[in-house]
Amino acid sequence: MAADLSGIVIAPPTRRAKAAGVYRKIKRWPVIPMFLLGLVVFAGLFAPLIAPHDPESGELRERNIPPAWSNGERAVKTVVERMTINERTTSVTLSDAQKIDPNIQLGDRIEVFVRPAGSTKFLLGTDHLGRDVLSRVIYGARISILVSVVTLAVGGTIGVTMGLMAGWYGGFVDEFLMRLVDIKLAIPLILIALVLVITLGQSLWIIVTVLCLFIWPRFARQVRGEVLQLKHMDYVSLAKVSGASTPRILFIHIFPGTINTLIVVATLQVGIVILLESTLSFLGAGVPPPTPAWGSMVADGRDKLAGGVWWISTFPGIAIMLTVMSLNLFGDWLRDTLDPRLRQLE
Amino acid sequence: MTTTESPAQTTEPGQVLLEAKNLKKYFPVTKGLLISRVTGHIKAVDDISFELRAGETLGVVGESGCGKSTTAKMMLMLEEPTDGSILFEGQDVHHTSAEVRKAYRSSVQAVFQDPWSSLNPRMRVKDIIAEPMVINWSISRSEQQARVMKLLNDVGLNEYHSNLFPHEFSGGQRQRLAIARALALNPRVIVLDEPVSALDVSIRAQIMNLLKDLQKEYNVAYMLIAHDLATVRYMCTWVAVMYLGQIVELSPVKELFINPSHPYTKALMSAALPSHPDMEQEEIILQGEVPSPLNPPSGCYFHPRCPAAMDRCSVEKPITKEISPGHSLSCHLF
Repeated sequence: MAADLSGIVIAPPTRRAKAAGVYRKIKRWPVIPMFLLGLVVFAGLFAPLIAPHDPESGELRERNIPPAWSNGERAVKTVVERMTINERTTSVTLSDAQKIDPNIQLGDRIEVFVRPAGSTKFLLGTDHLGRDVLSRVIYGARISILVSVVTLAVGGTIGVTMGLMAGWYGGFVDEFLMRLVDIKLAIPLILIALVLVITLGQSLWIIVTVLCLFIWPRFARQVRGEVLQLKHMDYVSLAKVSGASTPRILFIHIFPGTINTLIVVATLQVGIVILLESTLSFLGAGVPPPTPAWGSMVADGRDKLAGGVWWISTFPGIAIMLTVMSLNLFGDWLRDTLDPRLRQLE
Repeated sequence: MTTTESPAQTTEPGQVLLEAKNLKKYFPVTKGLLISRVTGHIKAVDDISFELRAGETLGVVGESGCGKSTTAKMMLMLEEPTDGSILFEGQDVHHTSAEVRKAYRSSVQAVFQDPWSSLNPRMRVKDIIAEPMVINWSISRSEQQARVMKLLNDVGLNEYHSNLFPHEFSGGQRQRLAIARALALNPRVIVLDEPVSALDVSIRAQIMNLLKDLQKEYNVAYMLIAHDLATVRYMCTWVAVMYLGQIVELSPVKELFINPSHPYTKALMSAALPSHPDMEQEEIILQGEVPSPLNPPSGCYFHPRCPAAMDRCSVEKPITKEISPGHSLSCHLF
């Protein structure tokens, strides 16, 4: 018998309660990674609008300028007639010194700028060719996004197709495709990339090809596993009983069941792809210069680190680190959210 | 079995719709990783014959692993028989043109045991029920949807259910959806593979009554796979008792429950709970385990566990005899 509930009025939630509910939901979201990823995507899409300078050319006179907040560096030097290279840090020639102040005599000790102070014109400084580091980091996001989108689209499609076939047909097809995966795991990818670049020349498409070769097996494995599980579901048998064709079963009944996993794999793979692209660019097998890519920027600055010019390598390095870390955290969160076994109540 | 010659008028008149003749399914057992060789066969279904008449229900009972589900899979063309044939309106469906196969597929549908796995969780109810029509019939989407609504009403659900996803339903409702889907093509035969075993007892009766009502309305024949004798007694016209891949007794349902004759059938009956707790019944406890279908016993497959085994049972394979009209069994006692 149903209880009489007519007298009970359910109060609508107050605005405050609603806000609390929204906060409880958002609290579980990876807010910082999502913000950083949004920033990277935004930078990539609107690079020409937000970058303050041309990323591919600069004035040599303005090279190695430190970031805006740096005060420059001064040193006390002796004015000499002539000096050897070894004395460069302690001495300055008379002709140079007189450009600052014509009254300077030989033997005076004067304070000079060893490195200019940063200026707001170049917020993150300039590199060894006078190009603005900030603009290059912003444009670098474009390359990372382009490479990961193309690689995921191509490599992911290949991997998913292979995985579907291996899982569905089993037997020889499965054996063959999974041995291909094993072969890929045994190949040193970076070596292959270097060989290809040496023989075919540097280009964006070679990296994309190599990266596709690198990521398809992960998709194939993951999808195969899912298919092996899903193909024994009763609804697949029932579709067969109804006379459904194999493509229909694969794309209507099986593939949609793998999408959750695919999203997670794809997110985590993007991080790996960006990291690999940077590695390849760092090794000189990446995007050809002068196109700014984070990896090649790190490479550009690495031999100047010892001379105190730290900003050329550091800022693209931070960009790589934050992007990859955000992707991994975001991917972990997605996995936890989409997997009902890990889903928390509330 | 020899029910062909028996006067079928003892039960409802109905023409023979589907006939299984000497059906066998052996699964090869292989050894070796690269160069595998066949070391033996699991005889899941070993030479069975039965008939299914229009509008009637054939129950198949037996313990787990006796070949009930393999039989069902062969009926549904999910497995190819090793030997023997399934005749549908006189045509061998496994060795015939693609058109006959397609026609057979749309005339034979299924309802499976687990209502949680038999509906695609990512499809809406209307798409699940309409799928067989999408595949087999060239009718417009609005005609499909009109039929979906009719089917939903027929199985006791409402039209608003059509936009929901399967996880929004209870087990009993899901089984109703599975039945609606099975009926979508106006099939002649529905294979019910333990359709009520996964349900609560309270829901079971509802679903069984629904199935009986729909049988009359749609004039469909059921092949009911079950291990619960009460279900079989309530639902079926004919019962086949299977043991180790063979049909040991086949009989009209009333006859079987009044006069179970094969020792295995008797044991099975005595293992079922009586309908009243005060009812006394003879208890037959079988010795040992079901032998492996990989290496079945000689002679009668049941002889190692049979309480009435004789010397000839271990040597000679019993032939199928008809002891009363429609009631046939294979045992040396008769």
